[in-house]
Amino acid sequence: MSFPWAKPYEPQHPLMKWMDERLPIPRLVYNATGPGYPVPRNLNYFWNFGVLAGAALMIQIITGIVLAMHYAANAGVAFNSVEHIMRDVNAGWFLRYAHMNGASMFFIVVYLHIFRGLYYGSYKAPREMVWLLGVVIFLLMMATAFMGYVLPWGQMSFWGAQVITGFFSAIPVVGEPMRVWLLGGFVPDNSALNRFFSLHYLLPFVIAGVIILHIWALHIPGSSNPTGIEVKDEQDTVPFHPYYTAKDGFGLGVFLLAFVALTFFSPNLLGHPDNYIPANSLSTPAHIVPEWYFWPFYAILRAFTFNFLWIDAKLWGVIAMFASIALLFFLPWLDSSPVKSSNYRPLYRIFFWVLMADIALLAVCGMKPAEQPWVILSQLGAAYYFAHFLIILPIISRIERPLPMPNSITEAVLAKHADKPSETAA
Amino acid sequence: MVRPLGFLVGLGFITALVLAIFTTPLSNEPNAAYAFHKKARPLKLASDGILLPHWDKAQLQRGMQVYKEVCSACHSLNLVAFRNIADFGYTDGQIKTFAKGFQVPSINPDTGEPATRDGLPSDYFPAPYANEVAARAANNNALPPDLSLITKAREGGKNYVYSLLTGYQNPPANLPKELQPSTGLHYNPYFANLNLAMAKPLTDGQVTYADGTKSTVDQMAKDVSAFLVWTAEPKLIKRIQVGYAVFFFLLIFTVLTYLSYRNIWADKKH
Amino acid sequence: MATESELNAGIEDGVRRRDFINIAAVSFAGVGAVAVVLPLVNQMNPSADVLALSTTEIDISAIQPGQAIKTSWRKQPVFVRNLVAKEIADAKAVPLGDLRDPETIDQRTKPGKENWLITLGVCTHLGCVPLGAAEGENKGDFGGYFCPCHGSHYDTAARIRKGPAPKNLVVPPYEFTSDTVVTIG
Repeated sequence: MSFPWAKPYEPQHPLMKWMDERLPIPRLVYNATGPGYPVPRNLNYFWNFGVLAGAALMIQIITGIVLAMHYAANAGVAFNSVEHIMRDVNAGWFLRYAHMNGASMFFIVVYLHIFRGLYYGSYKAPREMVWLLGVVIFLLMMATAFMGYVLPWGQMSFWGAQVITGFFSAIPVVGEPMRVWLLGGFVPDNSALNRFFSLHYLLPFVIAGVIILHIWALHIPGSSNPTGIEVKDEQDTVPFHPYYTAKDGFGLGVFLLAFVALTFFSPNLLGHPDNYIPANSLSTPAHIVPEWYFWPFYAILRAFTFNFLWIDAKLWGVIAMFASIALLFFLPWLDSSPVKSSNYRPLYRIFFWVLMADIALLAVCGMKPAEQPWVILSQLGAAYYFAHFLIILPIISRIERPLPMPNSITEAVLAKHADKPSETAA
Repeated sequence: MVRPLGFLVGLGFITALVLAIFTTPLSNEPNAAYAFHKKARPLKLASDGILLPHWDKAQLQRGMQVYKEVCSACHSLNLVAFRNIADFGYTDGQIKTFAKGFQVPSINPDTGEPATRDGLPSDYFPAPYANEVAARAANNNALPPDLSLITKAREGGKNYVYSLLTGYQNPPANLPKELQPSTGLHYNPYFANLNLAMAKPLTDGQVTYADGTKSTVDQMAKDVSAFLVWTAEPKLIKRIQVGYAVFFFLLIFTVLTYLSYRNIWADKKH
Repeated sequence: MATESELNAGIEDGVRRRDFINIAAVSFAGVGAVAVVLPLVNQMNPSADVLALSTTEIDISAIQPGQAIKTSWRKQPVFVRNLVAKEIADAKAVPLGDLRDPETIDQRTKPGKENWLITLGVCTHLGCVPLGAAEGENKGDFGGYFCPCHGSHYDTAARIRKGPAPKNLVVPPYEFTSDTVVTIG
């Protein structure tokens, strides 16, 4: 697609020729993920996570379609229909646990995919559009995961729905009517459950559509790489197939091993006991905690406890939580450094790792009850989060002196291998 | 344009947070109950862990007997059908007889009035109360929870159930007055707020085990906890067995893909 | 050093061992994919609670000769009919060779209980419920059952005699647990 030396698609079999002239899907696949897509030769394992996220989505869609054959989106029977799946449906326990833990695995690989992008500057020109579409996918994933968590209609499902839709009531004037409109009632009930089910079924296909755009946008400039230096000539690249299909196959094996260990040996590790109690609108669990992948955002939401200016604390929290994701849309322009890879950015690299520690801290704070010291830690953590993206990043991208960079990908690869010549044989 | 605006927005958030830090008290509300609350004691069962777990069928049978003779007076087991007990060694005939011993809700075929009939293997354990209001009315306004999922629905799981059943004791002498059990409540340090509505349910020798096991409180609590682990997840053992097969298949697959990956890249520096 | 030549050089070196490992990896992936399809297909089979409803007990003491009742087994209608002597005689009088699905009435009832004809009320054509079990319903040209959907006529042994249905009404597995109680399934 992108480089002049890309191997052209030449169908050999008459049937493939016939197909190519009428509906060139094989050509599309060949050029997108086959020998016709030249990819930098120096990608490390962090470049596996895009394919793994795609695999996770497929697992969720397949298990989800199957679960929908047994699940009943009715507040009276939803909880029992999930237990029916767990107890009576053939292999139902496997399908349900796979779907439940598949969501966690999806978020794990997507977070690593995002962190890879942050470290190696994958959001920078000419790949801004890839990044923007990626943030859209992330938002859609969060919406899908939230609505999916409501479906088993346990206590955490119910109170999660109550709290999240409660965000909207923070918006002045229109907030409360909007919340009632979203729920189709005054608390989450049958109407909310039904629409969440409908949207939970729909959104993954929307995600799949945006993923196609994400990959399309990626294939215009081609994949980035750990040096951040753009591809210059043919020896900088290898064809996607067989080189990266083989590497992704290995990555998939490791991913599935982790997935299977979680699903079969400890399926409730990441869940919450309260969601095995049927929803009860009259009794709130002692600690309402979202799923782990929302913990950092939940911590940011709760960190704002002061009515500052004319905005009250609750609205600050809601705005900040949405802003914490929305600011990612501006990241390609907040970071003006022309150097992509943190390998050559000594100053940014330090702050990147501080950000990672900060997000981990926020995650712990989001998991804990709203008590000290977690409140003050979440406030400090949230402050650093915003400072990192909105203040520190624009400043260091101006003052930083990047390290000397190799002239090409191949030069970087050869330099790496120069000190261990034994591997260069063959 | 993006950067100056972002700078201002960032300053706004940070100011709000700094003000929040200085206005939030650094000490927590004291929680007196916390000091008296005890962590659940561990209970070891045959179904534990991932190294060859199995159902201790004799124990599950005893546990079911405890449920039937003691717990079922107040607690329902809505998700468990009589047919399910085949899991721990009952034959079809035994299950039929067992089910017949229960009266399940039905309707009179002639008048349509509510009635009861003998249980069938396809029926579920009947609930002791017709609905939540009836349950609360009979229990001093406390609701005895359904036990089907109790070991998955409580922090600590089986350990919690076992500890709670064996944890009844007299309140310690230094217990503050506001934490003393009021009328109708019973002190138990394993319960979240120390005082629960359920009275001590088990006493030594309360049930007579068919297999001759001595029915101490500890033994009955262990047995019924084991039974409730099974009711919460009857597929637990199967899940781990299937998990082994899948895991080892994938392990070989992963090794093969790694070798394949090394092969394909063998002549390519990267 | 171009991509292609590098790749080709590698292949010439050790084509067998390399191919073997690649083929083994891909084969494993294929086997795994097929294994995953099994639960995805099997989940559509009847679940354990559905299978558990497989026996129904019927009290037949109130059914007078010449009458029939409609009950259900696995949520399918079941006809229980108390035949009179003439109906049994009519059924026996038909030569087997004239039948589309040759079966004697003895094969379709229990020994000593020839008057009890128990069949599914599901037309073997396309699954409608035939008429004739209730008082006053059309019993068809042969005095048994008549399916109004496409006009299949069954005789007094519920055998297909006329119309599109290919088979006799199905006799479910059942036994007399006492003189007045039948257990189906």
